[in-house]
Amino acid sequence: MNERWVKIFIDSFWKILLPGLKLTIPLTALSFLFALIIAVAVALVQFADVKGLKQLARFYVWVIRGTPVLVQLFVVFYGLPSLGILLEPFPAAVIVFSLNEGAYASETVRAALESVPRGQIEAGYCVGMSWLQIMWRIVLPQAMRTAFPPLSNSLIGLLKETSLAANITVAEMFMSTQRIVARTYEPLLLYLEVGLIYLIFCTILTRLQSMGEKRLKTYGGKRSNAGGKRLETDGGAR
Amino acid sequence: MSMLEIRGLRKSFGGLAVLKGINLDVGKGDVVAILGPSGSGKTTLLRCLNFLETADAGTYCFDGETFSLGSMKKQDIAKIRRKTAFVFQNFNLFANRTALGNVTEGLITARKMPKAEAERIGREALDKVGLSDRYDYYPEQLSGGQQQRVAIARALATEPEIIFFDEPTSALDPELIGEVLNVMRQLAREGMTMLVVTHEISFARQVSNQVVFMENGAVLEAGDSGAFFASPKEERTREFLRTLQEHGN
Repeated sequence: MNERWVKIFIDSFWKILLPGLKLTIPLTALSFLFALIIAVAVALVQFADVKGLKQLARFYVWVIRGTPVLVQLFVVFYGLPSLGILLEPFPAAVIVFSLNEGAYASETVRAALESVPRGQIEAGYCVGMSWLQIMWRIVLPQAMRTAFPPLSNSLIGLLKETSLAANITVAEMFMSTQRIVARTYEPLLLYLEVGLIYLIFCTILTRLQSMGEKRLKTYGGKRSNAGGKRLETDGGAR
Repeated sequence: MSMLEIRGLRKSFGGLAVLKGINLDVGKGDVVAILGPSGSGKTTLLRCLNFLETADAGTYCFDGETFSLGSMKKQDIAKIRRKTAFVFQNFNLFANRTALGNVTEGLITARKMPKAEAERIGREALDKVGLSDRYDYYPEQLSGGQQQRVAIARALATEPEIIFFDEPTSALDPELIGEVLNVMRQLAREGMTMLVVTHEISFARQVSNQVVFMENGAVLEAGDSGAFFASPKEERTREFLRTLQEHGN
């Protein structure tokens, strides 16, 4: 193998990984956290059939899902300044990815809410619980278990999607790679390298997902599954 | 004086009248069996009585207070639900709570009871339905009969003045029906007021003291259980009882 290549590869590894740790991961984590909050709120509003808010939720999902995330990034970062709204690149990216992912995740959460048998809601009313109590303590915990695999899927997708933030000058992994390419003229090597680092990140997330799924086995699905049982007793916001 | 008195309860779904002016009287300690063919409106009646369905019209007199069913306030519904309990055909246990958790959930969240006290009451209720060795089991780990007994314990724990049972044994395997009926028998002996929609004629005959026979959204015959089974007045009632008897009930 070409000695220069090896040297460039090794020199670049940290230069790509570091912005990955400092920007790609925080951007992904923050956006996903906000997306989850948006998703639960938007799904609950529709599940509860709140007049007005439900239509607003459908409109939001319609618009966000119907437009490319790259366009959304450009509107927020390059477009909003015309209205006097100036955002730093990183917050702009967090806002766009949160809203974008939130729309998709809300559909996942909504489906998961629907999958909890309605009878449990009625039973909750009959023992005197309020709608919010029933949602928070009975329905959402079950729904989020159902939603866990598809949401993990979304998280992995989001991690890679953050590379689009390079277009609005967030110096994350991909943009850092582009800069190194401009200096070294080794596009094949470096783009493969950044791809490899994305692959490593996603592999870790995939591992975390399967570990999570093991812990989230159905309630009491196995008596011997002490892990799953303990998680539930601790998690049950008592 | 009746504990629960219903007058002229009406309910339609779309244009279809499901309940056409039901009158019902339940005294303290009564066990009232509601019988009738499928589609006669028994379950809808029961669901209206606990506001899982909203009745269109009628008066609801409970525990000395009278409410108009066509215009129930949220607080009134909450007030009535505090004194009543409901046992469902499909148990409807909270799948993410253990047996004990199912019983204590309402006490802790709705009644703001301290956890320790709720659990003491919860264990007592589970002991009473014969599940003292199943506190920490999740619904999925229990048989249908055990699940329904947890549901009864959940109902008992709130110390209701009346329990509504909606076909409590219909979803059970035949060999599991007995354990649930035994618990209900015991409650009846202890003087619990119960309103039971059922297909178990033998249970109705042995345990209930009042019978309401419904057909096509109306009460066809109602009265003392002994007289009802010994000499039903209506031809339709006789026919219904005969059909059930042929099927080994």
